[in-house]
Amino acid sequence: MIASLLSIRDLDRAGIERILAEAAVFQKDGPRITRKYPTLRGKTVVNLFYEASTRTRTSFELAAKRLSADVVNFTAGGSAVEKGESLKDTARTIEAMGVDLIVCRHASSGAPHRLHEWVSAGVINAGDGMHEHPTQALLDLYTMRQHFESFDGLRVAIVGDVLHSRVARSEIWGLQTMGAEVTLVGPPTLMPPQAEGWGVEVTPDVDAVLPKADVVYLLRMQLERMDAGYVPTLREYARLWGLDAARAAMLKEDAIIMHPGPMNRGVEIAADPAELPRSVITSQVANGVAVRMALLYLMLGGRDARAEVPVE
Amino acid sequence: MLVGLLNRGPDIAARLASKIEQIEGARPATGSLDIGLYRDDIGLREPSPLAPTSVPAVDGKVVVLVDDVLYTGRSARAALDAILDHGRPRAVQLAVLVDRGHRELPIRADYVGKNIPTRRREAVQVRLAEVDGTDEVLLGIEQPATEARA
Repeated sequence: MIASLLSIRDLDRAGIERILAEAAVFQKDGPRITRKYPTLRGKTVVNLFYEASTRTRTSFELAAKRLSADVVNFTAGGSAVEKGESLKDTARTIEAMGVDLIVCRHASSGAPHRLHEWVSAGVINAGDGMHEHPTQALLDLYTMRQHFESFDGLRVAIVGDVLHSRVARSEIWGLQTMGAEVTLVGPPTLMPPQAEGWGVEVTPDVDAVLPKADVVYLLRMQLERMDAGYVPTLREYARLWGLDAARAAMLKEDAIIMHPGPMNRGVEIAADPAELPRSVITSQVANGVAVRMALLYLMLGGRDARAEVPVE
Repeated sequence: MLVGLLNRGPDIAARLASKIEQIEGARPATGSLDIGLYRDDIGLREPSPLAPTSVPAVDGKVVVLVDDVLYTGRSARAALDAILDHGRPRAVQLAVLVDRGHRELPIRADYVGKNIPTRRREAVQVRLAEVDGTDEVLLGIEQPATEARA
């Protein structure tokens, strides 16, 4: 198994299947996973978060604790970062304390990759800038697997701000590894120019795509990035691309609706997502812990990574 | 209650339960236990694939752990930890089909199908009709690449 997860592309199909299989075992304990396993006793996981996060950080913390690893939470606010310490120095400081794995979120694309070059501990990318968020893709693949037996030929429509979305990139590449067909839908201003080289379909016409889709994956409109005039108004975005009850009615009977959260109600998704009967958004969150437990088990439960020559 | 250790244990437990039912007229409860997360060699080998555990409520019950081969005793040690995480049984016992010796921990079986003296470098493999298509116990010269879960 891999020692670090920087990109979903670090994993081949068999690697992703293995993670989904182990996650299913952890999941079987149910959402009330009350049992604590001694598996990772003596291992230390550092959550190094330079950006706000609720579900990702909490979910990594719970996953590590349920496997008996020690968890240290490090957020940029209230740390030496406020005194001007660089990422490199912070990483060295943390490493000197002897950690096995660093879970890193950073506003700059590629920060976890740099971190990986500086430290001997494993690194998990928990979201870097507009680049990738591989563990979100893994838990989404797991959620899709609960509803569809096979990814081969599965039609997934990713709707919204692909340009700024790290979730979208991991999602696309993960889905392609598994054999799914991906269509990107949204305003042309929010489609990355390089998308054509990704082997995906790109269209602005959401109403043409919805009736054919097995999975509708809604991306969060990143309001904090909306000053640059990508869309005229949020109301117009909601009218043209938002998934309301009327659009949800166009979906196939067994199609599912997903969203990585946090939601902008009334923008990319109906004000009351409960009116979307095929939404699996809450199970996405619930599945996050089991999937991250599987990942930690496979990354830290093998031969001591620090004793080995780096694979990459 | 009979609780089989994966992979071969649950099938042996089910057969024992059927035999007991024939004799006593009542079938004991059965369960299956995966000990992958409780092993003492985590960090020394690649992570083993996990399998779902399903164990009925154990509080106050006599639980008999069932495994195919008893060897070093390390699996039994892990199984003890795993079963105690499910509650507080009145007693825990151990039943094995084959005891091949070479214990590394102070553990003994309460019920043994057959004692087979072996050398350490020999491999003992139990095959069951349910999973392997045939009932047999194989003794080999070399340990197979994937070390027996004994």
